[in-house]
Amino acid sequence: MSPDRPPTVPDAPVSEQKPRTADRVARLSHARDYSPGFFVKLALVALVDALGVYVVMVAWAQGSSAVAWIMVALLVLTNVVYFSKRALPMKYLLPGLAFLLIYQVFSVGYTGYIAFTNYGDGHNSTKEQAIEALLIQNEKRVEDSEAYPLAVVESDGTLGLAIIDDGEVLVGTEDTPLEVADDAVVTAGRITSIPGYDVLGINDVVNRQSAVAALRVAVSKDAGSGSIRTQDASSGYVYSSVLVYDEDLDQMTSTVTGTVYTPNDQGEFESSSGETLNVGWRVLVGFDNFRTAFGDSRYSEPFFKVLVWTFVFSIVSVVSTFFVGLFFAVALNDERLRGRRTMRALLILPYAFPAFMSFLLWKGMLNTNYGFINTVLLGGADINWLGDPWLAKLAVLGVQLWVGFPYMFLICTGALQSIPGDVVEAAKIDGAGALRIWRSMTMPLLLIAVAPLLISSFAFNFNNFNIIEMLTSGGPRFGDASVPVGHTDILITMVYAISGLDGGAAKNYGLASALSIVIFLIVATVSVISFRRTRSLEEIN
Amino acid sequence: MATIARSSATVRSGRKTRNTRTDEHVLPTGTRWWRELGWRYVVAVVAIVYAAFPIVYIISAALSTSGTLTGSNQLFSSVTVENFRALGDTKFWTWAVNTLVIGTATAIGTVIMGAAAAYAFSRFRFSGRRLGLTSLLVIQMFPQLLAFVAVFLLLLTLGNVVPILGLNSRLALVMVYLGGALGVNTFLMYGFFNTIPKELDEAARIDGASHAQVFWVIVLRLVAPILAVVGLLSFIASFSDFLLAKLILQSESHWTLAVGLYQWVSDQLSANWGIFAAGAVISAIPVVALFLFLQKYIVSGLTAGSVK
Repeated sequence: MSPDRPPTVPDAPVSEQKPRTADRVARLSHARDYSPGFFVKLALVALVDALGVYVVMVAWAQGSSAVAWIMVALLVLTNVVYFSKRALPMKYLLPGLAFLLIYQVFSVGYTGYIAFTNYGDGHNSTKEQAIEALLIQNEKRVEDSEAYPLAVVESDGTLGLAIIDDGEVLVGTEDTPLEVADDAVVTAGRITSIPGYDVLGINDVVNRQSAVAALRVAVSKDAGSGSIRTQDASSGYVYSSVLVYDEDLDQMTSTVTGTVYTPNDQGEFESSSGETLNVGWRVLVGFDNFRTAFGDSRYSEPFFKVLVWTFVFSIVSVVSTFFVGLFFAVALNDERLRGRRTMRALLILPYAFPAFMSFLLWKGMLNTNYGFINTVLLGGADINWLGDPWLAKLAVLGVQLWVGFPYMFLICTGALQSIPGDVVEAAKIDGAGALRIWRSMTMPLLLIAVAPLLISSFAFNFNNFNIIEMLTSGGPRFGDASVPVGHTDILITMVYAISGLDGGAAKNYGLASALSIVIFLIVATVSVISFRRTRSLEEIN
Repeated sequence: MATIARSSATVRSGRKTRNTRTDEHVLPTGTRWWRELGWRYVVAVVAIVYAAFPIVYIISAALSTSGTLTGSNQLFSSVTVENFRALGDTKFWTWAVNTLVIGTATAIGTVIMGAAAAYAFSRFRFSGRRLGLTSLLVIQMFPQLLAFVAVFLLLLTLGNVVPILGLNSRLALVMVYLGGALGVNTFLMYGFFNTIPKELDEAARIDGASHAQVFWVIVLRLVAPILAVVGLLSFIASFSDFLLAKLILQSESHWTLAVGLYQWVSDQLSANWGIFAAGAVISAIPVVALFLFLQKYIVSGLTAGSVK
């Protein structure tokens, strides 16, 4: 049955040779007649190629050369694999492998890379983009500059500005710098029409006031050349950056204060007095993120609390669900019980009910003021289940028990039934009492069967994002509000909160990725150690 | 009660298995009945009440006239389909369709890619085969969920090039899910494929079938049970996923049920309760039914998968 049999087993060498002869048959038939299968393959690969070439072209045009080259490599590989006669196993592996490589292997590797960068808010892009953003953000109206008669225009939903300069009409949008607009009509000093644009009336401008006030139209393609902006939608002024970037010296100079900012190794421009500009870029920061997680008390204190709770949560979850499940399994494991099948089906209802909805359901039932638990079961008690640190933890464990015990019930039932009856009978004949049989026969045999499942269950609960996010969202929050983390947060929800992707805090992809790596190391270590242990358990018996 | 139990035991004693007690033919009576059987019924009743009361409660809340949390506390005090009708005014059905489409596409893709990979590992001997299997095991230990930041950033980049592969695209979400298709499932299927005798496909090949024909026509039919299990597990996984769906699907009309229902409960829990309950009941019914129906296979699938 095992495919990795040693070659002494007779059919292994056969399977080594047979494909070769069969291959030859296939090769001949393929070369001579083009079966329908060949055309199906041709059509599919052609489709993939067409889409792929499209992606390559777009990526190239957008300047994403990495995406383009990866796509080219994938396309070449696809065509080689499906049109050569040699790479037979690859034909079956490639589709899954391609997805695995892009969306999992790459993502995991990329996580590892981000963990060593300062990627996040304030360090969002490349240095060039950061410089451009700094120049734009620090624009001020050029003093005593000319006021240009201005109109707000719109083209395909994009707002733009048009001005009259020396009798010529210039028009541009957020993305395109000012250009001379031919055939524009100017009536009584106001721009009334421009081909390709709609000139907005006063009502439209009022409706989109804030968008108009934020609108910035570059004077030319050079980010340093300044822009046209308007406050009142009738006259525009030239704004120009108070920062000047010198490419040769690689430094920023403020035209107002004269301060010189030079790049530091944190990906920011820094003055000699240690003042930094507010937009930086991504740089490799080595182990800084890991140092922050373990060393900086703002993060390390909550981190260790969360780490301990994560272990408590996942261990208690497994143990409590296991014992409750086992107890019910033992209780219902008697052939003489009537309606056993129906009882079992009813017992696994919580497992069949989609887990995320169970969490939301319990969130409602545990509500302090209106929830079923307080108002009905506890007769109008006023217990703040999800708001008190300890009660919230208890609630999480209680809900997890309800959601998780049927799974344990199922696997324990299966394991109990697979314990051979004659072994137990033999023990009975030897004079062992019920307790002794249970302790020395049933329990060890059961544990061998379910131990790997308990470990998987632990690993699953260690990253059980849904229960925490849906039931408590990590709350109640720690008193110290410096990090958006709370008493019931486990590591994965802490990563989610710190990444800032939930919108609750500034984004810090670097630190979040570093924590992901830490979680991975913990889970992997625990799994490896405990699988070793269970294997030795198996050998002893 | 004891007499009823006894009569049923005599009726069923014909199909007793070997591993039952020696005293199977005569049911104990009196205190002995209590000690051996009676307490089991008590435990069973307690267990069933414990397991079922939240579900009874949500069904009652879905049928309640009041759409609020407070009004749902009296079980079945009023029965109306008002909450179900109100679902029509929300995006619920859009989310349901999204979930269904995303889940089905993911399930089909997972089954096809997983089966193909398992077939290759099970039937061909090629260099890198052991390495491939081992790498899959290792990769499987790093859950895709943990890499959500990187997945988000990857889609951000891809979306700049091809919007349909980027953020807020349901196709992109399916593709991310398919990234995990090979992980667990390959091993699950690989074990099952190995139980199908190789002689079968070799005979077919001698008769002139191509590799593709052997795979699609012969092997896939024989392994249909495991395909069903993997498909269902993959459907349920994408059905319950919240994190990736929430990150990737940004506009409300693209959400799945997990994201949408979460939103209902997280803002204004009290006011949206009836409608949440109705939505939960509707979306749970097919899953629960399928689950109870396929329970046996799912459990054996789970067991086989994690022991490997």
